[in-house]
Amino acid sequence: MSSGQSSAPALAPVHGENEQPQVTYTEFHPRWYRPQISTYWWLGKWPYVKFILRELTSVAVAWTVAVMLMQIFALTHSGAFYDGFEALMALPVMILVNFIAFAFLVFHSVTWFNLAPKAMAVRVGGKRVHGILISGPQYLAWIAVSAIVLFILATRT
Amino acid sequence: MSIPKTITLEVSRYSPERDPQPYFQSYEVPVKKEWVILDALNYIKDQIDGTLTFRWSCRMGICGSCGYTINNEPKLGCATFLTQYGRGPIRIEPLRNFPVVRDLVVEIGEFLEKLKKVKPWLIHEDGNGTGEYLQTPSQLEEFRQHSMCINCLLCYSACPISGLDPIFVGPAALALAHRYNKDSRDQGADERMAILSHPEGIWGCTFVGECTRVCPKHVDPAGAIQQYKIAGAIDGLKQFLMPWGQKGKQPKREAQKS
Repeated sequence: MSSGQSSAPALAPVHGENEQPQVTYTEFHPRWYRPQISTYWWLGKWPYVKFILRELTSVAVAWTVAVMLMQIFALTHSGAFYDGFEALMALPVMILVNFIAFAFLVFHSVTWFNLAPKAMAVRVGGKRVHGILISGPQYLAWIAVSAIVLFILATRT
Repeated sequence: MSIPKTITLEVSRYSPERDPQPYFQSYEVPVKKEWVILDALNYIKDQIDGTLTFRWSCRMGICGSCGYTINNEPKLGCATFLTQYGRGPIRIEPLRNFPVVRDLVVEIGEFLEKLKKVKPWLIHEDGNGTGEYLQTPSQLEEFRQHSMCINCLLCYSACPISGLDPIFVGPAALALAHRYNKDSRDQGADERMAILSHPEGIWGCTFVGECTRVCPKHVDPAGAIQQYKIAGAIDGLKQFLMPWGQKGKQPKREAQKS
């Protein structure tokens, strides 16, 4: 019914009959095995990949801030300067980079709003309020501000 | 789906006297509807291979001894049914981010040192806190969730920061520190903050969130640490704005002694 054979495929080869393992025994303090963590540990599980992507959103945030500062700088200078900025932003590679940055910013915002109920343990009448009551208003405010910005953009063009 | 008669368990084996590194050994065990991983390991120990070494005790999710990595997920052996894995195989390894002593047994001495560091006991100006203190149900609710920790260490196994930075205090210890800070009978929040408000304490957590996902007692260590961070930020701001008010600061809460 049962067997105790060694298959040992993944971590190490099984010892051969005549093989002498090169391990010494220390009395009262056995040798512990400390597994090494791979550089690519984060590829092992989707939650870890998601975590690394979330950390990388900081690059997208920094990029967006830099672009906005460039835009403000261009606005404070001559019209030709701003035309140059617009031409730069119209390059296909810039559109692609900004599109990726936008996707990362949306991801960043969602993770931030989802964090809020974890960090804020609000209690009403001795009971902790549901997380949706903390993150919900933030999502609504986000949608409202986005709608106003879109409205302004749509009516100006 | 019908239950198979047997299932293969691939168990990580490591003998410090003999093996340079762990390897897997396969065992075929019978499947019963009510059997959990721990039952299968005990079957191996009793019937197939008495040299297999693993920790266990209560068999009911209280002692926190039987944490293993089961098919790449940290789980309690006593709370994970064989039938969850269909026809198998089921791969059982020691918890990650700890040195392996033998087979499925990990060395937890470093964790116990960290636990001691966060002072997980009631600190009260009366002394050793042996008195009786009144507490209302709503005061209990403030920390009850975080007091359910059984120190099973699944959270440490799931936390990549604990693996990458061995001196990081880690999820369970920080959650327990938060548990005592929120306890109306405790006055040690400032003492703990002085110890934990550093990059290896609360600020070492990058909120991966896996500790909360794998916690079998729904302690939510990730949430506890984020709440602790807010308290740390407020404390830091107060020290910056009112440095004179921090000397000889009175304990935050006055517990009512009966």
